[in-house]
Amino acid sequence: MVTVNGSIKPQIVGYRVYIATWAVLVTLTATTIAVYSLSLGTAGAVASIVIATIKAGLVFCIFMELRRESRFIQLILIVPVALMAVIIIFTLLDVWYR
Amino acid sequence: MTVREAPERESSSSKLGMWLFLFTEILLFGGMFLLYAVFRVTHSADFHRAALELNRIAGTVNTVILLSSSLTMALSIAAIKNGRRKLSLSLQGTTIFLGAVFLIVKSIEWNSKIGLGIYPGSPVLLAMAKGEILFYGLYFMMTGLHGLHVLAGTGLLLFTLASTARNAIRADSHAWLENSGLYWHLVDAVWIYLFPLFYLVS
Repeated sequence: MVTVNGSIKPQIVGYRVYIATWAVLVTLTATTIAVYSLSLGTAGAVASIVIATIKAGLVFCIFMELRRESRFIQLILIVPVALMAVIIIFTLLDVWYR
Repeated sequence: MTVREAPERESSSSKLGMWLFLFTEILLFGGMFLLYAVFRVTHSADFHRAALELNRIAGTVNTVILLSSSLTMALSIAAIKNGRRKLSLSLQGTTIFLGAVFLIVKSIEWNSKIGLGIYPGSPVLLAMAKGEILFYGLYFMMTGLHGLHVLAGTGLLLFTLASTARNAIRADSHAWLENSGLYWHLVDAVWIYLFPLFYLVS
């Protein structure tokens, strides 16, 4: 039988960071909608993707605690995202210049 | 004599397992985002026209609902780490409630489209412009798959709620809750992209 090492370390995990992140996320949602109502065409589309990426980044780093994880776990997220970005961008380049 | 890994080892390997699963989820949705990208570029006017028919208020409400559910999810994990079992239970319950509301709003949206005769393969849809057919095909496929993920996540959270209630999930052992949280946050992140791509096409 393997014994548990030592006693439980008491840790007080704060709630404030999560609540602040949520507030930023809701604000960014409002920003996306504001950008949309300006009807900026392609620039608006790019802006909404950029804002969405920032929002997703906040969800990954703070809600999913990716900042605290090992580099290996971080790569497990970064690699597929980067892969999809490359595939999508290069496919679009192909489609645009056919 | 039973030999078990130390708890810290078990929880970090199960977390690794969940992250590897999320890797595959990113590729799964990513493939559909690729389709969307190509069809939007080749049928941009049709996409714009079709997107105007979607209910932006419903989309915004659903976005705020999922963002808030991610908050309550993260807070529920913090609560259990702090030994606050009842708080964690209410926060998990709130997350489940928000997930259910999301699904209700989504099904109302779908019902309004289906009521107009717009669903994959319908005569009404097939009579539309090619780009609009593609838009709706992607809409039903992507929000449908996403909705299934929300449903599965809600089921998972019902399980963690029951586990927390009987103390199987607690301060010194909560891998199930953390991993369910990772899954839930990814589902939220996917919606964060779906919202502007389907509802805010300018």
